[in-house]
Amino acid sequence: MARKRVSSVTTRYEAVMASKGEIMKRALGMDYAEFERSPIAFDYEGMMSANGYSLDDIRRIQRAAGVGGTPLLELRNITDLVRSYAEPGLGARIFVKDEAANMAGSFKDRRASMSIHVAADKGFAGVIAATSGNYGAAVASQAARAGLACIICQETFDSRHVGQPEIVEKSRICEAFGAEVVQMSVGPELFFHMLELLEATGYLSASLYSPFGVSGIESLGAELAEEMTALTGAPPTHVVVTHAGGGNTTGTARGLKRAGATSTQIVSASVDLSGLHMASDTDFNRKSFTTGHTGFGVPFATWPDRADVPRNAARALRYMDRYLTVSQGEVFYVTEALSKLEGLERGPSGNTAMAAAMSLARDLPSDATVVVQETEYTGAGKHHWSQLAFARAQGVEVRAGDPAESVPGKSIVIPERPEQIRAKESDLGRMRRSYIRNALAHAPEGYEPTPEDVVFLAEDTNSTPAIVEEMIAFTRV
Amino acid sequence: MSEFKCGPGDWVEVEYVLLEPFERAAGLPEDTAAQPLRAWVKGFARTGGMIGDEIEVETHSGRHVRGHLSAIAPGYTHTFGTPPAEIAGIGRDARARVTAYRAKGEADGASLGEPPLPNGPEAGE
Repeated sequence: MARKRVSSVTTRYEAVMASKGEIMKRALGMDYAEFERSPIAFDYEGMMSANGYSLDDIRRIQRAAGVGGTPLLELRNITDLVRSYAEPGLGARIFVKDEAANMAGSFKDRRASMSIHVAADKGFAGVIAATSGNYGAAVASQAARAGLACIICQETFDSRHVGQPEIVEKSRICEAFGAEVVQMSVGPELFFHMLELLEATGYLSASLYSPFGVSGIESLGAELAEEMTALTGAPPTHVVVTHAGGGNTTGTARGLKRAGATSTQIVSASVDLSGLHMASDTDFNRKSFTTGHTGFGVPFATWPDRADVPRNAARALRYMDRYLTVSQGEVFYVTEALSKLEGLERGPSGNTAMAAAMSLARDLPSDATVVVQETEYTGAGKHHWSQLAFARAQGVEVRAGDPAESVPGKSIVIPERPEQIRAKESDLGRMRRSYIRNALAHAPEGYEPTPEDVVFLAEDTNSTPAIVEEMIAFTRV
Repeated sequence: MSEFKCGPGDWVEVEYVLLEPFERAAGLPEDTAAQPLRAWVKGFARTGGMIGDEIEVETHSGRHVRGHLSAIAPGYTHTFGTPPAEIAGIGRDARARVTAYRAKGEADGASLGEPPLPNGPEAGE
């Protein structure tokens, strides 16, 4: 639909977006320009270490903030459930890091603790974050401890003022921690209003994608390496990470490497929401997962710099060895099984990696070790019963059967048997090509990538310069 | 304070329009583009008013925000829902499976993977 637009008149939206660079430069607490190397390349490691926090610093800051050091649990019953249908000799041991034990109920406390530390350190009076996820609760909780003001911008309702119960719960918990929550209807202009608020308040933009936020997750990766070594004698063979914007994959993988776990395979996992439009008012309430899904996972992996920072510290393709997708129904099954078999009642989104891990472990030898690196809190609104009731009320069909038959937005199919849980493998080669196409498209027209750009693109896609050259040629055909 | 009328200092919610449809970003899906971008925020009423009246609130961060009074003492009513039939049997069936698997392993005299480990180090030490 073409909408009438008078070209000579600048709307309020356009005016605010035009001053984005200026507003963000002050609000981000750091100058990204010094890391730029070319229209394509930038100094990623330089940016990540710009704050000068070592892993020890991060852990010290987080301990003081009451964050981290969560229990690592072996899931013997889930493991045996998988072994009951795996081929003889297969069925890896499954473990979970119970990140719900953090103060605000998820691993996001690790990110938030670093953002709040920076805000307090640099003398900001408050912080603003745009999030409908657990990050809001984490920022609000940490801001409360630090005595800082906090505003959370949240996409909460469709145009009928109907809110997904999981998101409504996240409004509630942010307010419980004393944050001001600006609840909005559906639309990407949430970012525009965040800019307005940053300008009006002078607060720090506590972006999910800042170097300090993402480096806050490195402590999680390091704990996994150390605790698994203490428990089993070696770092995990596989770590499964629920993947959305890429911070979880990036921070966890970097932490594992920093702790010496260089051979651990990083397996990212998302809920398949293909076919649903993330900016659509009608699709908004037809999904049961508000994060950890392909609607964020694919676009952010293939173009990380779409984020609310000039350069995204979360760059998932650098770190993922495999990318698996699971259906909503499979995650709901696993959420119920985890509760009944292991006494762990945890939120559905964080169990995305758990569903993928059960599928993965089935095909691995029994001496392999698969760690699911997070859980999240559950409760009213977030609970899978609540989610399924809401989905039904929105006209989504909920039934038992083969989850392979589910269609995001139309049906949720709960497995009848655990062997029906089968993650799908995504083609990383295709995602790398998509990233390179995006990087070229964002450079000025006619720009020719230099040899330095090729090296950067190889690093940013966990590939080689030769393969990147080939991909560049391929994308230009 | 009543369901419909607030006084100064009451905890309330106001609603306002951030962008009318014609002001919204380009490239939105049609269903979204046809709607205004609306916002709701809670705070302490600075003046009294009836539902629908334009009033000003002071939010938790200390901002003063004008909007139409949309709720007085706004609460939350989200729940755990009821147990969906498709979910109800999962725990029972999974426990039975694990029990049967372990019984079969014992009968076969086969090793069931790793022996139980002593307690690992307490995380957080």
